[in-house]
Amino acid sequence: MADAVPPVAMTGDDALLDYLLRLGDSDVVLAQRLGEWVGHGPVLEEDIALTNVGLDLLGQGRMWLTYAGEVEARSCGRGRSEDQLAFLRDGGAYRNLQLVELPNGDFAATMVRQFYFDHMHLSLLRALTGSADARVAEIAAKAVKEVAYHVERSDDWVIRLGDGTSESHMRMQQAVDRLWPYTGEMFAVDAIESALIETGIAADASALREPWLAAIDAVLAEATLTPPTGEWMQGAHGRGGKQGIHTEHLGHLLAELQFLQRAYPGAQW
Amino acid sequence: MYAQLVDTGTSKLRSLADMSPEERAFQQRIDADVKVEAKDWMPDAYRRTLVRQIQQHAHSEIVGMLPEGNWITRAPTLKRKAILMAKVQDEGGHGLYLYAAAETLGVSRDQLIDDLHAGRVKYSSIFNYPTLTWADVGAIGWLVDGAAIMNQIPLCRCSYGPYARAMVRICKEESFHQRQGYDIMLALCNGTTEQKALAQDALNRWWWPSLMMFGPPDADSVHSAQSAQWKIKLLSNDELRQRFVDQTVPQADHLGITMPDADLKWDAERGHYDFGAIDWSEFQNVLKGNGPCNRERLAARVKAWDDGAWVREAAVAHAAKRAKDRGDRHVH
Ligand SMILES: [Fe+2]
Ligand SMILES: [Fe+2]
Repeated sequence: MADAVPPVAMTGDDALLDYLLRLGDSDVVLAQRLGEWVGHGPVLEEDIALTNVGLDLLGQGRMWLTYAGEVEARSCGRGRSEDQLAFLRDGGAYRNLQLVELPNGDFAATMVRQFYFDHMHLSLLRALTGSADARVAEIAAKAVKEVAYHVERSDDWVIRLGDGTSESHMRMQQAVDRLWPYTGEMFAVDAIESALIETGIAADASALREPWLAAIDAVLAEATLTPPTGEWMQGAHGRGGKQGIHTEHLGHLLAELQFLQRAYPGAQW
Repeated sequence: MYAQLVDTGTSKLRSLADMSPEERAFQQRIDADVKVEAKDWMPDAYRRTLVRQIQQHAHSEIVGMLPEGNWITRAPTLKRKAILMAKVQDEGGHGLYLYAAAETLGVSRDQLIDDLHAGRVKYSSIFNYPTLTWADVGAIGWLVDGAAIMNQIPLCRCSYGPYARAMVRICKEESFHQRQGYDIMLALCNGTTEQKALAQDALNRWWWPSLMMFGPPDADSVHSAQSAQWKIKLLSNDELRQRFVDQTVPQADHLGITMPDADLKWDAERGHYDFGAIDWSEFQNVLKGNGPCNRERLAARVKAWDDGAWVREAAVAHAAKRAKDRGDRHVH
């Protein structure tokens, strides 16, 4: 895992490239997970709606990765395309949050994962609309409208399923508790992000934690679910997905995602 | 087609003279191209036949999500992945429109889904074939959506208003699907030798099943005459099949791949392509449940439905609680 932890000294563009991969990879990986649901949802309307969320995330991921490739070209003369980035990097070079690579589980786990992610995603994107980097601000502004809707949808499901039947309540409480340790990483700031926060390009994720907690707690209360209290957070100590350190699940996800590009190197599709 | 064998419940056509006054008035309106609407009087057999036809069509859309959905996680580029997700999602939307059209005839979606899961009602034979390679996603868009359009464009003019209007919306999207599928094939055929071989292999496997989509030959189609009189089937199976062959062969030529049919040749006199004999025993077998994927397809639908039961129950329970809360507030 030599390439997993980025070097400490980075130029501005190197740090920006890494940051854009963090943004784009989480979108692409979560879209990949939602793609697994297509055709298998609990009810047709939800199958369609969940696919919509996946499509939004995929579209956003493509914008971030495309810009990442441009920044790479600017800094080292040769930039990768969105597809080269998505299909030809191994897990250690992926910068997505661990939360989004976790398997779908049941509909409760899928919706709670989405709920935790969406609330962070929305406030992150809102902050990024004011980024000193015009392209970052522009992409965030496009994405923020879609993600505001994702939050509404996730809240709605958390409340309905939390305060539904005893079975749905139990499943939701389990998902809320089980996924909780993966939420800390979302708000952990490392040296790369700090440097970009200083130049006004990145959003200070650590400042988003309190408002996130308040929003989550309010929805959980309405859903009659108990907020988790566990202190331990996976990957939140500079050794998480954002630094290229992942769960066992990412490798399998990438094996599927990347199969054709790996089996037919250089082919155009 | 998506509804390949629709039982009309009648074995012979009746003339206007043999009909009751109500039936006669109904048939005369159909003959005059006046649309039948949900609240209009209609013969029971017309209603039952339509429910079966629309239902088979709706189930085909939903089951049809599975073979292509099989490649969403493995699409070769992010753009192709997005297009495929949106396509499969569209098919779900088609299912929704069609279930809604069927519901105007006095059945519930749950009932219809139950019919599917119990094996009482079929879906198109084509979706019982496997998608083995990425080229199959291209072949399905090109051939299967292509055949669907061929069948569904005339249905935009069918006698039952809600069905006709659903078909108008659906046809628009199907033609996108066909172009996207053809575009996948084009990229493969312009690609490496290996890619072109994938395209040819997909055509070899999907060509005959696509021709079977139009249903049995006219000579064996016992119910077609009644459906034609009711204008819920506007062109015969063989007419549609011929149109499809005539349209598709030049497209294959353009791709540089060939149909797996030694007897396929242009007949200048007829102005149509002649094609070889279809293996109808294969078709009958697939309908009986012996296709390569029948069991898996149905099992996947049943599993999605059963796994989702607690979600649907919770949504209903929550809505009931909210309704009660509102009621309580109203009282106090
Ligand atoms: Fe469709
Ligand atoms: Fe389609």
